Amino acid sequence: MTRHNGTADDWQARAARMARGVRRRVLEHTLRNNGGYLSQACSSAEILAALYLKVMRLGPSQGPLVPGPFVATPRAGELRAFTGADYNGQRAPELDRFIFSPVHYALVLYSALIEVGRLGDCALDDFNKDGSTLEMIGAEHSPGHEITAGSLAQAISQAGGIALARKLRGDTGRVWVFMSDGEFQEGQTWEAFAALSYHSVDNLGVYIDANGQQCDGKIDDVMRIEPLRARLEAFGARVEEVDGHDLEALASAGEGFAPGRPLAVICRTDPCRGLALLEERRPRLHYVRFKSEAEREAYRRALVDLSEA
Amino acid sequence: MEMVQRPHARNLVRFAANHPELLVLSADLTSSCEADDFRETYPARFFSFGMAEQNMVGFAGGLAREGFVPYVHTFAVFICRRALDQVAMSIAYPNLRVRLIGFLPGVTTPGGVTHQAIDDVALMRALPNMTVTDCGDATDVESVLDAVHPVDGPVYVRMLRGEVPRLFPRDEPLQIGKARTLRRGTDLAVITSGICTEEAVRAIAAAERRGLSATHLHVSTLKPFDDPQVIDAVQTARLGVITLENHSTIGGLGSATAELMAGAGVGRKLVRLGLRDCYAHGASRTYLMREYGLDALGLLRAIEELAGESLGVREEDLAAAEPPEPVRGGVVEDL
Repeated sequence: MTRHNGTADDWQARAARMARGVRRRVLEHTLRNNGGYLSQACSSAEILAALYLKVMRLGPSQGPLVPGPFVATPRAGELRAFTGADYNGQRAPELDRFIFSPVHYALVLYSALIEVGRLGDCALDDFNKDGSTLEMIGAEHSPGHEITAGSLAQAISQAGGIALARKLRGDTGRVWVFMSDGEFQEGQTWEAFAALSYHSVDNLGVYIDANGQQCDGKIDDVMRIEPLRARLEAFGARVEEVDGHDLEALASAGEGFAPGRPLAVICRTDPCRGLALLEERRPRLHYVRFKSEAEREAYRRALVDLSEA
Repeated sequence: MEMVQRPHARNLVRFAANHPELLVLSADLTSSCEADDFRETYPARFFSFGMAEQNMVGFAGGLAREGFVPYVHTFAVFICRRALDQVAMSIAYPNLRVRLIGFLPGVTTPGGVTHQAIDDVALMRALPNMTVTDCGDATDVESVLDAVHPVDGPVYVRMLRGEVPRLFPRDEPLQIGKARTLRRGTDLAVITSGICTEEAVRAIAAAERRGLSATHLHVSTLKPFDDPQVIDAVQTARLGVITLENHSTIGGLGSATAELMAGAGVGRKLVRLGLRDCYAHGASRTYLMREYGLDALGLLRAIEELAGESLGVREEDLAAAEPPEPVRGGVVEDL
């Protein structure tokens, strides 16, 4: 079990180190490849740290530290296909499940898995390489991924089906979903929350990285989703709203389940947290590609700072 | 001809008794999709999702990952058009055992273009992992759930509802991947599916009385489409091959037959009857089948063209020579 049994300060110190490590690994990778989903690491590092170190009850990883190459997509009679869910532990009635929705955050999740020892230190060497399962946009063979969620807002419905099945079976484990706020523009997300409430799916909790950013720029300028809390409550969710970089608040929000209702934790985050340089790129933060050697050098210096911090 | 009332409604309840893993998911069309008897019999296994098909399909995928077998009930257009991305990514890609039961194929509904599934077979055939079936009579309807049960992956079932004729013996159930040979002949191969088979039976009988013989196959599995009976029938057809389907001529039975023939290197003239790359409109089934040439007369005209001669069959001859047309007037179609 990765659930930490030490004192509050212990796990928070560890989680803070983990969050820093996630930012560092994603920045390193972005420098090496002249591109990456950097702001997503900055906004979600503490959320993933809190989930893996405190909130989720997961068994030890069942996946190899160095992930196997791509072999096959799921097909009838195809026995070689494997699932990235192995990295989140075995399935058991009392254990939790983790469903990762905005899979363009894959690099962030792989980095988090390295930080918690579920992936080997060099795993990112294979990221986005031909024949590797550490794909840029994760699929269900990618480490840490249980479903193929790249068509956004489909994960919440599938997680709902998994959670409903677990309720029917009497499992005590919960289903956790990590979502991005942009997904709340999709109608399917709201269809899903209506159904989760209607069917009293109260063993499912959603952590939302509300970084206010999407591909075209600021969410408010592309298509408003606020007031998100009021909207979610109107759809029957039990809602917690927290500073998405406050580890203590993130962890305690996960205790907020109410009978008969899904739990939604809105994590208000800063897409430039821990990497002030990113501020200069606002409002386009979705994917970072360096525009000049000078800019790349500035980020190299930032990496040194992050590594020494 | 025996007419069977709501065969799916009864069959679903019967089938569910021995399959506790079966759940029914519905999107506000429960009685319209004949799942109401199931809902009354097994309320704990029935899940209402309201008018929200994309989410329903996603829930079905999640439930299937946990070992349940969801039977999604709604109109075919709402499965295949409205929720296509969800069907592809949440069900077909992970090869999950979900049964998609799609109602109102083609012109079987007067509900007009929004309710008429004329492209569902094409869309579902294009998805890797998907098995595609089409029911042609009450026996097909009563046996399709058993037939697809062993399929390790998703299945799209093109379903008939309401009053359904029985064309095939009760004790000859639908078999996946196996066409029914309804007649053997050497001049033509006629390959039909769904409600068009009943029409073709009439037309082929009339043509035979005029001296033209045909091998007639009723196809209930559109994918996989590898039944050797099809190529055998095509190869022995002196004049050519006609396909007839209650669907667009693009992507359905006609296309599948063309692909098979081309792949096997069989050079025969192929006439594909169906909706010829057009939408239909709201009117009765009989009217629309006549308008778009999906009925017995439409097939006869195609046979004449292929034979290069008039067979002299008039509409009256067709009606007089055959079992009385099932009475459909007066049945109010709900949506």
